[in-house]
Amino acid sequence: MVLAPLIQGVVNRTKAVAAGRVGQPLLQPYRDLIKLVQKGAVYSRTTTWVFRMGPVVGLAAMICAMALLPFGAFPALAPFAGDLVMVAYLLALARFFTVLAALDTGSSFEAMGASREVTFSALAEPALFLGLAALARQTGTLSLTSMLGSVSTAMWMRAAPALGLTIAALGVVFLAENARIPVDDPTTHLELTMIHEVMVLDHSGPDFAMIQYAAALKMWLLGAVIIAIAVPWHSGNPLLDGGSAIAGMFGLAVVIGIIESSMARLRLLRVTQLLIAAVVLSGLALALVQR
Amino acid sequence: MSALLIALLSFGAGAMGALVFANRGRGATICGAGGVLIGCVCGIIPVLRVALGEPSQSIRMAWDVPYGSLFLELDPLSGFFLIPVFVLCALAAIYGADYLEAYRGRKTLAAPWFFFNLLVASMVVVILARNGVLFLMAWEVMALSSFFLVTFEDEKESTRQAGWVYLVASHIGTAFLLVLFILLGRASGSLDFDRFSASSGAGLLFVLALVGFGTKAAFIPLHVWLPEAHPAAPSHVSAVMSAVMIKTGIYGLIRVMMLLGAPQAWWGWVLCVIGLSSGVIGVLLALAQHDLKRLLAYHSVENIGIIALGLGVGTLGLYAGLPAVAAMGFAGALLHVLNHALFKGLLFLAAGNVVHSAHTREIDHLGGLLRRMPRTGAIFLIGAAAISGLPPLNGFISEFLIYLASFKGAVTLEGANSVPMLATIAGLALIGGLAAACFTKAFGIVFLGEPRTEHAEQAHEVGLAMVLPGAVLAGACILIGLLGASVVSSMPPLISEVTGLSATIVRASLSTAAHSIALVSIIGGALAGIVTLLAIGRAIALSNRSVSTNVTWDCGYAKPSRRMQYTASSFAQPLTDTFDLLLQTRRHVIAPQGFFPKEASLATETPDPCQEYIYRPLFGAIGRDLLLLRPLQQGQVQLYILYIAVTLLLLLLWQLA
Repeated sequence: MVLAPLIQGVVNRTKAVAAGRVGQPLLQPYRDLIKLVQKGAVYSRTTTWVFRMGPVVGLAAMICAMALLPFGAFPALAPFAGDLVMVAYLLALARFFTVLAALDTGSSFEAMGASREVTFSALAEPALFLGLAALARQTGTLSLTSMLGSVSTAMWMRAAPALGLTIAALGVVFLAENARIPVDDPTTHLELTMIHEVMVLDHSGPDFAMIQYAAALKMWLLGAVIIAIAVPWHSGNPLLDGGSAIAGMFGLAVVIGIIESSMARLRLLRVTQLLIAAVVLSGLALALVQR
Repeated sequence: MSALLIALLSFGAGAMGALVFANRGRGATICGAGGVLIGCVCGIIPVLRVALGEPSQSIRMAWDVPYGSLFLELDPLSGFFLIPVFVLCALAAIYGADYLEAYRGRKTLAAPWFFFNLLVASMVVVILARNGVLFLMAWEVMALSSFFLVTFEDEKESTRQAGWVYLVASHIGTAFLLVLFILLGRASGSLDFDRFSASSGAGLLFVLALVGFGTKAAFIPLHVWLPEAHPAAPSHVSAVMSAVMIKTGIYGLIRVMMLLGAPQAWWGWVLCVIGLSSGVIGVLLALAQHDLKRLLAYHSVENIGIIALGLGVGTLGLYAGLPAVAAMGFAGALLHVLNHALFKGLLFLAAGNVVHSAHTREIDHLGGLLRRMPRTGAIFLIGAAAISGLPPLNGFISEFLIYLASFKGAVTLEGANSVPMLATIAGLALIGGLAAACFTKAFGIVFLGEPRTEHAEQAHEVGLAMVLPGAVLAGACILIGLLGASVVSSMPPLISEVTGLSATIVRASLSTAAHSIALVSIIGGALAGIVTLLAIGRAIALSNRSVSTNVTWDCGYAKPSRRMQYTASSFAQPLTDTFDLLLQTRRHVIAPQGFFPKEASLATETPDPCQEYIYRPLFGAIGRDLLLLRPLQQGQVQLYILYIAVTLLLLLLWQLA
């Protein structure tokens, strides 16, 4: 939970290097958060308590979801059969309130972002669930901890195509849910292309800090699932396993940075197709393991 | 059992009292609402006890109707379905007493209260009846009394049309049930349910039950009456119809499936397909609606779809000999019946408050109501989060059970039967995402932002009697969310009755689910705790800093106007466009023309595709063909007597030959 904002720092640095700039320090996201927490706040006259609930519920849902996530050799705080459903629905809860907070401002910009957010997430959800179902089928378990813990090199030898397809599908979900290129552009917020950034336009001070931190946690959360599949080595040494998982996360951050530097954002209509493609990918993964 | 008979008497007395005191001020209201209230309070205690596992009670009296007998039984399944009936009807009666006051002087209130009591009584009898004749009679009374309630505002053309569609649909459904019971009774020679035995043609009987009960439950494509009837009815009636009356269809289907014995695999497949199509198409049509109550009506179709998915998964589990899948599937479906009753009742009552106060159901004409109606807004928000299946509320618990059952099935089942499980997982995920989209739209556009019209501007909070029932339901939604594990742990007697599995096996199967749900609730509680801590933390942090209010950031634009706000249609447009193949939304566009355009407009409407492409052509063709029979219809009594005489003569000749 402490390392989460660092991932964003790594992504930004990678993008800067790719663009030939020096870029901001790796710890800049932390400085931003500290600065925001110390600031005052401005609220819109139109808004109600729903607007103020948005960031709070968003962050709380992410913290709860983190409690269900295993990392490296460390199991989740409270693993149970079906916790993957809970994680997905906690993300949905956070989104529900972020969207309502955006609508509460009465601004067309923010409502537009909100509308796109619900559209893309509704399509990303089946891809996520089918991907997880493919994983559940291969490992024969229903909890994230045992599921991600039992992905091994032996399983890769046996079912590499299915695992590869699952990673690809989850990768698309990751990009869409975290508002990265090619789905959304996290660097601007006043173009009509924006989704996540435009929804939080009216938040300021500590509220905005909560939103930024929740976004970092969400990235960590979905990233950790992908890394747990992609880095299947278990040495038995918790420190070594934790270290390889963290290295994997930074590797993922670099990959995202490279994707963001080398691609343009897709047209909104194409995003829908991308997400449906992700559903198809996880469907294929399932077909492979279901034989 | 005697308490239930007293409850029925109380409904009868309420109905009669409403007629007798029709012209005495509030007399009809007091008798009508009082009859329902007393009856529901009397009935709820025995019902709860039997649903929780006390022995079943029954009563059987002779009845001189051919093949009929007054055979009533209260078993766990009936008890479980009666809980929401009594809770919802009592709350709706309190609400209706205030809601109908607005019509006093213009309309007689005796009729709605008479039919409301009749509706409640008939639903109770439908669920208790164990004889085919008694069941069908109660079923018919239920259809007719709700028809008269739907057509309460019969001065409106649209209401009469809605009532007509409802009446026709109900009777087509009943026709299938009639055949079903005749076939069931023919094998055993009696129409008492306990004499029925699994006969050879179980498949045909299943299909008949599916169509007959599916019409009442509003499975797609049999749902067309629902989005017409629910918005037309007074709000407390919509709440009762949507929350509990359509569930009698689910009840009937489960009851008949129990009578038919061991299920076949294709039943599960059919239920899953129906569930998926009802769920996805229902929520998509809801998304495309502009009318708040119509939107809620389509969500009933969606939730019936979720229930059917649970039943399908459970049936497949039963077929494949996987007790865990069967128990969790049926438990999820049944719990969703209860949960949907709670949050849909709540949402219809809250929508009723909006209509009552803002005098419009048009979502795009509302806005900013949370400031004007804070209590209604708060309970609507809880209902919206619950129906979207968000933790820690009750909707999540039942959907979680269905997810768990289908994940379990997908992991353990081999071969083709795992396909419906996977489809259920993907379908539930899509439905969940779309429902969240739909309810952020409904709540966000109606209650948040600035009022879009005068109507919304002048809205005001309604009286306590119209807020309290919703608040009770909201409390129940939260309670089931936080006590889900104990609810699931109390379900084994019910599930064991429905699935025919032994109570020990069911208990063992549900205990893992109960363990998971206990953790879900703990995390839900933790979530509430963290939310409070963060909010307090923010309040402390902001206490000595500058906190100011200003206009919403509008990119430096100088004159923001409330008309510039996003509308519900634009909010839903990316999704409705993506699924246009299913929705066929029509657009009426007047594009701006010339250098100085004077007018421009855009209107969209999404008529029900089943109505447009199946029923309208079908009934049109039937109507045209029936014109051929018109010459027989001359309006002369002598001619009709001639017809009768000729028919009799022909029958006699046929008998002789």
